[in-house]
Parts: sequence; structure tokens; C-alpha cells
Amino acid sequence: MRYGEAGYNLEIDLTRGNIERVETDPKMLEQFLGGLGTSVKIHFDRVPPETKAFDPENILIFSNGLLCGTPMFSANRTLVTFISPQTGLLAYPMMGGFWAAELKYAGYDKVIMRGKSPKLIYIYIHNDKVEIRDASHLKGKGAIETQELIREELKDPRIQVAAIGIAGENKCFTASIEQSRSSASRGGGGAVMGDKNIKAIAVRGTKPLYLARGEEFMKVMKEVTEYINFRNTNPLPGVMTILSGIGSPAEMKHVDEQWHTTSFAWGNARARRKDFWTKEIEESWKGVQLSAIKRFISCFNCPQQCGGLIMHKDVPPYMMKCFSKLTYLMGAYVDDLSFGFEIGKKAFEYGLDSFSTPQILAFAVELRKEGILSDKDFEGCPEDKEGQFNWLLDKVAHREGIGDILADGTYWAARRIGNGAEKFDHNTTKKHEQMNIKLGMLDPLYYLMYATNEKISITQIEGNWPQAAFASKEDREAFVKDWPQLPDDKMKQYFLDWEPRGEKANPYYPTPDMCSEIVDWMEMIHNIDDAIGLCAGMGSFCLKPPYHIHNYPKLISAATGMDLDEKSLQRIVNRSRNLHRAVNLMRGMCRADEKPPESHWKHRFPEYEEQLLTTYYNYKGWNYDGVPTRERLEELDLAYVADELEKRGVLKNGQDNKEN
Amino acid sequence: MAKTTKKIKTIKVDADKCNGCRTCEIVCSGFHSEPKYSAINPAAARIHVTTHRLKNIWLPVFAGEYTPAECNGRDKYIIDGKEYDECSFCRAACPSRDLFKEPDSGLPLKCDMCEGNESGPLCVEWCLNDVLIYEEREEEVDEEIMVNEMEVGLDALITKYGLDRIETAVSRMTKRN
Repeated sequence: MRYGEAGYNLEIDLTRGNIERVETDPKMLEQFLGGLGTSVKIHFDRVPPETKAFDPENILIFSNGLLCGTPMFSANRTLVTFISPQTGLLAYPMMGGFWAAELKYAGYDKVIMRGKSPKLIYIYIHNDKVEIRDASHLKGKGAIETQELIREELKDPRIQVAAIGIAGENKCFTASIEQSRSSASRGGGGAVMGDKNIKAIAVRGTKPLYLARGEEFMKVMKEVTEYINFRNTNPLPGVMTILSGIGSPAEMKHVDEQWHTTSFAWGNARARRKDFWTKEIEESWKGVQLSAIKRFISCFNCPQQCGGLIMHKDVPPYMMKCFSKLTYLMGAYVDDLSFGFEIGKKAFEYGLDSFSTPQILAFAVELRKEGILSDKDFEGCPEDKEGQFNWLLDKVAHREGIGDILADGTYWAARRIGNGAEKFDHNTTKKHEQMNIKLGMLDPLYYLMYATNEKISITQIEGNWPQAAFASKEDREAFVKDWPQLPDDKMKQYFLDWEPRGEKANPYYPTPDMCSEIVDWMEMIHNIDDAIGLCAGMGSFCLKPPYHIHNYPKLISAATGMDLDEKSLQRIVNRSRNLHRAVNLMRGMCRADEKPPESHWKHRFPEYEEQLLTTYYNYKGWNYDGVPTRERLEELDLAYVADELEKRGVLKNGQDNKEN
Repeated sequence: MAKTTKKIKTIKVDADKCNGCRTCEIVCSGFHSEPKYSAINPAAARIHVTTHRLKNIWLPVFAGEYTPAECNGRDKYIIDGKEYDECSFCRAACPSRDLFKEPDSGLPLKCDMCEGNESGPLCVEWCLNDVLIYEEREEEVDEEIMVNEMEVGLDALITKYGLDRIETAVSRMTKRN
């Protein structure tokens, strides 16, 4: 009997059309939990570093998290893993929605796909019955449209579908995978799916999922629920509205967008508009948003309402979440919120990442202004900002004309265009577009997060620690008073001493040692969430969340029956974290790649930044090059990884000491 | 006829507040598993959220009586411009659909208001958006005349053959014995 997990994976060879239901090794649960943890292990075992994104050997895994389908509120994440066409590294975008739990109820933890189908297909999983079905009639259909068409075709509204749009079919490097009100966007999973000729994966499950100690599990959930209710009725004082609650930032609910519009950079991540949020804008935006959103909606088993059903003007209905109402708008320098809701529908149907894509379009607009791209490249393009963005979006999704080059993302497009375009690619790290934030003073915590995490996307790294120091000592004291989420009470002192200006402020405070502890903790919480399939909005991504290091072990243990405490849980996620790093290091990632964009802060401290990085590497048990030492790997039962790293020359003899 | 009071239990559904999370299905299936919370399976829940996301339809419906036959003539509603499928509001476990049936055995499921649970129905307790509201009230009803098993059988015979023929048969049998 398996608890918490289904205990079976689906292995699908698309080239041969072969499907197998394979029982998984129960030891993997103890070693890697599930979700991202076990997926990383499969990639390490099966995909050699020579494999490229569009090789048939690149496997694509759709995985639920260990606790998806249990009564744990907000455990609903689907993790998609693959070698990214954009970064060449192991990417792991994830999505909420309803798919993950449905897969668990169908009796599987993962769908592992290899090879390439000779023609466009979709996969239908209905408990023990799994089919590869023809999808030629769905070619060119929108990612949202496809989900509805498949439900109609199979005559069951309860089927959950993850689909790609035309951008995925055309292998755009920022193509997303869309599913109900969610999407797995970063890193081009949609492109890999398109390359394998998979239009969609549909799931329906009606089997039970077993809990080892169900009543005990519900008791912990009762406490969690009380805290959710408390946090939902008591927003945190002293921080911006958007940061004061729990859940993925409730972008659909909050109409106060002062923080995003004045702190984030517009255009190609260029300029802040500190005086943007006027009374008139506030009034107009409030009107547009309130009329556009028909209903607040959630993902599976989540009490929060981070998503919205959008019925805006004559735009066909669709669902939106997160920051996407603003990304295209800010990229295009458009002041009317209506534009955000209009272009959003088109972008979701195309199936494009709404973080990277607007920056790519804004990059193209800049190149046109600079004369690096010519009028010929923009033939037929309207002159107004809105029209220009819509036109560019069409070109990218269809890979037509200049769109074919832009569809590879800012980094690769800049190199293909040449002629000075490279210097307009100023906001990527490891070839991936970063958040459009440009600030003054180097922030040592953010420096480390941007530089080192395998996610390569800040929103999935930061979270539990406040983004900035509080100005008044009283506010700081009030904040630390009720902060049970901390792994160690000594961190309260770090926060109390942390000042916005002066000696105990960025960039030298928190000190590199303190920064290492804080960043490592935040990353660990994300890694736990990604293994159990919890929405970061209820764990790692927000301040004072309902789930934390002190209650995760109780829930995991009650669900699975395995003995687990904080230390052993930490050890498990450290294991998969180091394994993930090993995969990327073997793919060529190195210390020189580990840096935030040059333009991220105005005030930089190159020597100090190196010191920060080295301190953090040491803290993690990595050598000067950022490679986990043999000692560290052996501590985590990963001697086989050390062997592999040595064999490939990534870990060199004699570099195992921590003195570098 | 004598009057007596009867306890009426209802779950009021404020469907406009539903955000479609299906926690009600999860907790219902857990509570009704044996032992409690040993298994979770929304398909075996006695409450179901009918969902058509793009049509703005999220409608929790909890299981009512089993019916051996599907109805002749279905209902379709248009409310607020939204067309609800036939059977959307129906609570019956019925041959026309697989809803409210135990997935393996096909046996019908019926909401029992989580009988035995002190805090009342669990779907209500775990819905943090107050979509489901439990209400209890006392109603004065005619006192039921309790009938025994034999009378139930006799009733059926009377319905089929008429009282006269039954009386004749009984008197004939009395004489014979």
C-alpha cells in the first residue's frame, strides 16, 4: 500500500507509441519525496548532458507533488521538467489549477514522455485506460480553446486538460503550457511539448488516494486553517497591500497597483515611473478591473482567490492570474488597464509566457527605434503602441518574419540580430528574462537569489524574508513578535538590526554570513513546496505563510507514514537541490553565469559581490566554482553524483576544500 | 390529526461565492472513508461542484435520493444569461449519469449531513468562503402513523387488487381454516 503518492508513473514513448504503467521504487519517497525532487532524479539518471532541448532523448515530465490530492489546502501544483531550449538547463516551471490532483486520482504521480510523435497527438488518461489520440483537428487551436474542445470531444466536463497553443506548436522558446486558470510558463515547456508533437494531456481520475494517518493529518490542517482565517482577516501592517496577505499575490482582487507600477521598470525593463499612480489612474483602473472580473476563482483545494474569470468588453471569456494584467501593458508603455485585459486573452490562447514575452516585444520596439531593426522588419506594423505590441505578438507566436528570430527570446534574438543588439539584452540571467526591476543600491540577499538558484526566476526564489528593512524600530519589533515561521529565532535579531540606511543597511547588512543563512532558508522552503506540490503563495513566496518548516514534517509524515522531522526534511530537499545543481553544472553552467543583470542595481560592488558569492557557496558546501564538494555530496548520499562530476571534469581533484 | 415537530437539516448553497476549489468534495470523501480520512477520492464524494469555467458556472450540489429510473423530460435553466445543462440542479443518483455513485461498485451515495460528526456537515466547516451554510430548523408536521411491515405488504396488495377483493380473499381463507 502506498500513502500520499500513487506509486505509479506513466512512461510514454512517443516515437513508438508505447505506453507503460510502471510501479515506482518506494525508496524514492524517502530519498527525494516527490514532485520536483523525484523528477530531478529521473532527469539525472536518464538524460545525458549532451542532450539538447529538441532531441528525442530530452524527456518531458509532468508531475504532481507528493501532497497533491490530499486535503492539504493549496497543494495543487503540477511540475513540468525538461531541458530548456532557452537556457539549455533543467527547467521546472509549475502550474496550479486542477490537473495535478486529477492525475493522482487517476493513479499516477508522473507522466514521463520521451521521443517524438510522428504526428500531432493528445494523450488521454482515464484511470487505467491511457490513449494516444489524434490531434490533427486541434492544430493551430488556442491553448484555452483546446481544453474546451477536448472536454466536449470526450463528453466529460470533469476532465482536466493541459494544452499548448500555436506558440508551443511553433517551438517558441517562451511557449507556455496552459491549464484551467494556470500555466507552466518559464523556460519553454510549451516548445518542448510542441517539438514532441503533443498538443495536450487530458486526465480524469476516480480512484482513491490513501493517507497513512488521516485523522492526525486533519488535526494539523485544522490548525493551519485557523491561521489562514487569521491571516485573511488580518493583513500585515507596514508593508504594501500586495505583500500584506497570503496566496499568490491577489492581483485580481487588489486594484491598488501603486507598488507594481511605480517600483517596477516599464518598457524593456528600462525606467521607473515614480509618479505614475495618480488619482485619475487609480479611478480609471479601478473601474476597468472591477468590470472586467466576473468572479474570483481559485485552484484545486485552495480557499484563496488569486485568479479571475475575465469577461472584458467583447473579448471572449478567459481566466487570468498573477501579474500578467500588467506585464504587456508596462512593456508597451500603455497607460490604459483595458489593454492588459485585451492582449492577455490573445497571449494565453497563443500560449506564451507573460513574463518573458512582453520584454521580448519591448526589446524589439527599442531595436526599431535605434535603427538596429529596420522598417522592412516591421512592414505592415501599426504605429500606435498597442497595435505594435499586438502585431509583434502575432509575429512571434507564428514565427513569421522578425517574429521567428524574436521567438527565441531576448538573449538568442540579440545574438542573431547582431549589429549592437546585444547591448539591449540587458535584463537576462543565464539567457532568461528576469523581472523588470531596476533599483539603486545593491541588495545582498537578492544578489544571491538572482545569481544562484536553478529556477532562474526571482518570484520562485524569494518570499519569507521581507523585501526591505522597516524604517521604524517599533514596526520591526512588532513584526518579529509574531513570527513562528522562522527556522531559528536568532534571525529575529538580524531583522531588528536591519536599517533602511546607514551602517546596518544594504549592501553590507545583513552580513554575507547572515545572507547565506536567510537565502538558504528561503530556497529550502521553495524546494519543499516544489516537492510536495504546494503553491508558493501559501508557503515559500509570501510573508508569514500558513505552512512553514515547523508544520511541513507533520503533514508529510501523517500523509505518507514516513518518519520525518525538520532536520531530515531539510536533508532530503538539500539532496535534490544539489542533484539539480549537478545536472546544470554538467550542462556547462558555471560561476561566471551566476550574476544578476548588470543593470539591476545602479550601485554595484564587484569585489564585495564576489565575496558574497564565495561565502554563500561555502555555506552550501560548494567549492569556489559553485560545484558541490565530494564531502557535501557524500553527506547527502550522493557519492554517485560526485563520481559523475569527477568523471566529467566538473569536480576536479584537489578542489574539494573550502578554502578557495 | 395529531401534530409533532421534526428537525429539518439543510445546506444552503450561495453559489455566487463559490471559487470552484472543490475542498467540499475532498473533505466529504475523506470523512466517509473507512477508517475516517484514510482515503480521499472526490469521485466518491456526496457533494459535487458542477463546473463550466468559461460560462461562469460553479455550482455545488449535494447528493439526494437514489432513483431507479431516469426522468422522462429533463429541465434546462437559463439564469442570468447562463445556460445550465440538464440535470445540473438534480441531486439524484440516477441511471442517466455516474454522479453520486461509488466509483467501483456503482452503489448510490447520499448526503447524510455527516451523521455522527458533532460539528455538523464537514463540507460546510471546511468551505472557507461561506458558500455552504448549514441550517437546522424545527417544523410542525402531522404525526406519522407508524405502519408495520405486514401493513406495508397489505397496502401494496390493496393498491394492486383493490380492498374489496382482498377482503373477499381474507374471509374465504378464514372460512377455509
